[in-house]
Amino acid sequence: MAVTTSATNPQQGALSEGMGLKPLSPRAMFWRQFKRHIPALTSVGVLALLIILCLAAPVIAPYRFDAINLRDARQPPTLRHLMGTDELGHDQFTRVLFGGRISLLIGLTAALVGTATGTLIGALAGYYGGRLDNILMRFTDIAFSIPTLPLLIVISAFTRSSIPIMILVIGGLSWMATARVVRGSVLSIKQQDFITAARMIGARDSEIILRHILPNILGPIVVGATLSVGGAIITESALSFLGLGVQPPTPSWGNMLQDSQATMASKPWLTIFPGLAILITVLCVNFIGDGLQDALDPTQRR
Amino acid sequence: MVQYLVRRLLQMIPLLLGISIIMFALIQSAPGGPEAIFFESGRFVNPDIVASYRQRLGLDQPVPIQYVRWLGAALTGDFGYSFSAVRPVRDMIVERLPATMELMLTAFLFAALIAIPLGIFSAVRQYSVLDFLGTGFSFLGIAMPVFWFGLILQLLFSVKLGWLPTSGRETVGDATLIDQIKHLILPGIVLSLVYIAGWSRYMRSSLLSVIHKEYILTARARGLRERSIIWVHAVKNALIPVISVMALDLAGLFSGAVITETVFSWPGIGRLFIQSTFSRDYPLMMGILMMGSFMVVVFNLIADLVYGWLDPRIVYS
Repeated sequence: MAVTTSATNPQQGALSEGMGLKPLSPRAMFWRQFKRHIPALTSVGVLALLIILCLAAPVIAPYRFDAINLRDARQPPTLRHLMGTDELGHDQFTRVLFGGRISLLIGLTAALVGTATGTLIGALAGYYGGRLDNILMRFTDIAFSIPTLPLLIVISAFTRSSIPIMILVIGGLSWMATARVVRGSVLSIKQQDFITAARMIGARDSEIILRHILPNILGPIVVGATLSVGGAIITESALSFLGLGVQPPTPSWGNMLQDSQATMASKPWLTIFPGLAILITVLCVNFIGDGLQDALDPTQRR
Repeated sequence: MVQYLVRRLLQMIPLLLGISIIMFALIQSAPGGPEAIFFESGRFVNPDIVASYRQRLGLDQPVPIQYVRWLGAALTGDFGYSFSAVRPVRDMIVERLPATMELMLTAFLFAALIAIPLGIFSAVRQYSVLDFLGTGFSFLGIAMPVFWFGLILQLLFSVKLGWLPTSGRETVGDATLIDQIKHLILPGIVLSLVYIAGWSRYMRSSLLSVIHKEYILTARARGLRERSIIWVHAVKNALIPVISVMALDLAGLFSGAVITETVFSWPGIGRLFIQSTFSRDYPLMMGILMMGSFMVVVFNLIADLVYGWLDPRIVYS
């Protein structure tokens, strides 16, 4: 149904609107679908609030994250110290805010690195096929067959664990699923007529991949990227928990939990709050991923 | 079928070779090398001693030669001597394997026994309270950091309530069967959580897609009881993809076991692996990583075979 008809004929316009046939731009269609996913919508709000709080940490945090205050050490949560204090009197609320900056930074950028790598490898393998496809996919098989976490542990133990290295390593080991999905989608799309047409008018390979193929498979890529943010945050926290990730005194949610097991019985608040921060963040990210999947996948439309 | 199996087994050879080359290169490219431990300890070390140490371990050879030597020995089942324990790596792995297997098997059973009924009920009563709770639970389970879940369970059931032991595999000097089971409960639950969450969702969607098939409609039209339609006709077919996912996930259990064993001081391979990385015990690390990769490759093959065995529509070629 074209827009012009509904403009010239109001009755018909109202009819088609009532039947939900009014043409919507893809963006409007996406929004209409996404807004119906209540958990995802709530998660966007919660996550936005969390990110703002963490970004504003230097301004709003009541203490310095490395401020030692022995008179206030080992305090349970009170109004002065919302999440209590540790052995040295570090205010835990402040540290959770500052830790969030590191954990979120690593989570978001590592997911970006992983998705970009996976998309590149998958697109090259799918588009060019043949020998290149064979080599890249056997490489993907190999990478898939190495248990990821133990490998991460080895690399982290051997490198001076700085934040950029952690981003590269976590991202560099999470591209395989994206590569397979992208390759599959590219294979099916490159057979279609509009790609042949593009090739006939002399478009270069890079143009065809970037301007004609990738926009068509953006949905699964975006959903995968969102879900891998949660995975990256959990991986970072696990490595830091083992003492192989972000090194103190810089707080991250994972390394705040590193020594908490020993003092858990007497100071449980040191264990509870950083973990809760991880759980809530990852939960939000995954809900958003779920909402995006519903909104971006036309076959799931209700 | 036999032809397919042979081809798959042959494909495993280059795959495992590739894995071993990548991992060997990675471990060897670490700055410092295994003797770095001597320097980190802050003692004065005579360079001659370091040189003889390197020579004795074969570390003075070029890396490719070291790899070929390692590979030659590994093919006969010899993974070398551990630097830190000065014992054959194979013995150390074999010694720890039962504890890890016990934990993985427990987690697998927990997950299967909870996830499958949960998924079936969620599908049969779609959009009911139970279905809603199940969805919420699975989102929670997937977002949960494993080690933190372990800490919270310890806090609750060991520290506060005192029902279950915090760590270890048995109470020293009082190792009855009941005692061992009590030690298994918390780590088993922690390791199974992600799989309960994942498999129950998978079971739900698989059953939902089967329920709308025509043969189920036929069964209804013939007046079969609802219970027999669901449990006999629908579940059987819906289980096929779920079981193959379960077999694939078995391999991932090993990664989870590394964290779980650390949190619960479980004397298995995962903890041995963490110790080996901290002491830069190259042969031990290499041995455990190869064992883990071998498990992944084998479980992937088993998953494919089980899939075809359960579903006669699939023909191997």
